[in-house]
Amino acid sequence: MSEKQPQNESNLSEKTVVLRRARLNAATSSLMRFSFKECCFKPVADEPDIEIEGSLVHKDSEEGQILCAEKEVGRKSKTLFSCITTATQTTINPPREVACQTESQPLLVNYSATANQWEIYDFYQEELQKRTSSTKKDEKENEIAEGAEGVHGNLSLLRDFTDKSDHDLAMLSTAAKLLEYAVNENINGDIIADFKHFEDEADEFRGDKGTLLPLWEFQYNKVKSLPVSALCWNKKYNDLFAVGLGSHKFTELECGMLLFYTWRNNNHPEFLFNTDSGVMCVDIHEQKSHLVAVGLFNGNVCVYNLMAKGDQPIYNSMASSGKHSGTVWQVKWWEDDLYGNHTFFSVSADGRVVSWTLGKYELFSTNIIKLPPMDKVPDDLNNVIVTAGLTLDFHKQKPYHFLVGTEAGKIHKGSTHYTRFIKTYEAHFRMVSCVRWNPFNPKVFITCGMDWRVNIWDETTDSPVFTFDLKSSVMDVAWAPYSSTVFAAVTADGKVHVFDLSINRFEALCQQRVVSTKRHLTCIEFNPVHPIIIVGNDRGLVISLKLSPNLRKNPKEEKGKEPSTGAEVEIAKMEKLLILMR
Amino acid sequence: MAEVEDTLKRIQAQHGVIGTIVVNGEGIPIRTTLDNSTSVQYAGLLHQLTMKARSAVRDIDPQNELTFLRIRSKKHEIMVAPDKEYLLIAIQNPSE
Repeated sequence: MSEKQPQNESNLSEKTVVLRRARLNAATSSLMRFSFKECCFKPVADEPDIEIEGSLVHKDSEEGQILCAEKEVGRKSKTLFSCITTATQTTINPPREVACQTESQPLLVNYSATANQWEIYDFYQEELQKRTSSTKKDEKENEIAEGAEGVHGNLSLLRDFTDKSDHDLAMLSTAAKLLEYAVNENINGDIIADFKHFEDEADEFRGDKGTLLPLWEFQYNKVKSLPVSALCWNKKYNDLFAVGLGSHKFTELECGMLLFYTWRNNNHPEFLFNTDSGVMCVDIHEQKSHLVAVGLFNGNVCVYNLMAKGDQPIYNSMASSGKHSGTVWQVKWWEDDLYGNHTFFSVSADGRVVSWTLGKYELFSTNIIKLPPMDKVPDDLNNVIVTAGLTLDFHKQKPYHFLVGTEAGKIHKGSTHYTRFIKTYEAHFRMVSCVRWNPFNPKVFITCGMDWRVNIWDETTDSPVFTFDLKSSVMDVAWAPYSSTVFAAVTADGKVHVFDLSINRFEALCQQRVVSTKRHLTCIEFNPVHPIIIVGNDRGLVISLKLSPNLRKNPKEEKGKEPSTGAEVEIAKMEKLLILMR
Repeated sequence: MAEVEDTLKRIQAQHGVIGTIVVNGEGIPIRTTLDNSTSVQYAGLLHQLTMKARSAVRDIDPQNELTFLRIRSKKHEIMVAPDKEYLLIAIQNPSE
């Protein structure tokens, strides 16, 4: 409150200080507060109405004096109010909760698979096939060949086949075959062990003689009455051989069979073909071992393809104009002709040697040569009474040379280049049943005949170098593929005779009866690789025999020299013998 | 088809063969000469074993495949010929 002073001139120049004080009218100096502790009203001191925390310290307080003192010194002091660090200055944010919520996961499915090396490989193969087939756009690429690669792991095949509802058991043929082999292996376990390992040790004590150990027997139950007329080993698959069944006697059955056996299954043939006439001869092509030429009793020749399904031959000479009018006694494959067509020769009872070429749809025949008539036949009957040719063989090194044996006991040497025979040998008194060139020596051949004789010839001489009398009609003879001096012959009294000329020039090393006395043996063949032979008898039975070590010996070498093998050695061996005999 | 049937009949007729089973891709015997329970047991067990054997052979060389499996035990021999998806099983008594 200010006193009102009269406003005159002297007052106007005076400066007066006016103090204004803020004071709540409501708040009086007589404030009373109830104290719960003492349970009475107590006067409240004149407190400030507003309290704000500050950082000022009163100069006269204790702290203030310390601060002043320190300020003069110049030191930083760390009191509560003047300490400035990051810790004191950092504002601490109040904690906040931040949460993240995702959408609910999709339904979990359990998946398991294996990733083997073959699964990866199969997948890649499939991809590769898909890509090549799409680029080539060839329908044939997609054809699934039976037994093709990836048989077991081919996933697409598996998927396709499991979808089929019908049980197509035809696909099981390979598996069934394998199973049959395994079952037979178990049954014939001892035979197989003998075949592989048995070497007759008694041979050491027998001097030069050897024996034949019988191994498997092959007989097809349904043909007990047909004689075995031909045997032929397959050169490519050494366990497979062909058996031709047929009779050349008019009184017996007019049918024939061609069977293929492997020693892995001696119970049942691998391939079976029925022919309407007796099979007289069989030959398997050397390179294309699925082609089989067969000569029949009724004069036909057929060619079978083992890879083709079905019972029928792929070629048959029935419709051909040049077909034989007599029994075909021997067929032999020859080289391919200029155009690459396969060719084979046949010799038959009508006295002709004919070559057949496998054309696209049929056989083409070419007359090679006609056998000269027998001496006793008068000239005007030459064309009517013919000399039957019974056997034929091609030279191993010079394939255009061949030998033909006739029923007159003569051997004719001919060539495909000439139309007449080069040479004739008076071989036997009766029919010649077999003629074969030596596999090593180019000059030597062997013949056997119904006159009980086996003759070995040098082609340059007119009389045989060696002659053996075997006391019974010799039905077949064969050279051994491993030696130029070993051969074996079968006779009608059921014996097998094995000779080795380098060891014994006069008698057989082994003369063993293989079948019972009443049965004849008709054919013999050496296996090209293993030391076994097969012989056939006249009741459809084929027996395989193992040659004992004595029959397979190489001649003793001089001490210090290594034993040598090979074609040259074999040729030399034979040469030595020939020189001896001259 | 008939060829396979003939072969199976011949196998069954062989000396010492106790039984033959043809198993399909799921391990179920579809043709058998043994009784049902034995067939099912053989089929299931040998199916798994063949798968394992096949996997092992192909793992070592993916271009190789399992062609035959033989298990010789004291009493007899079990032979399994696997095919694309079938299994041919034969049980034989070899020593007889």
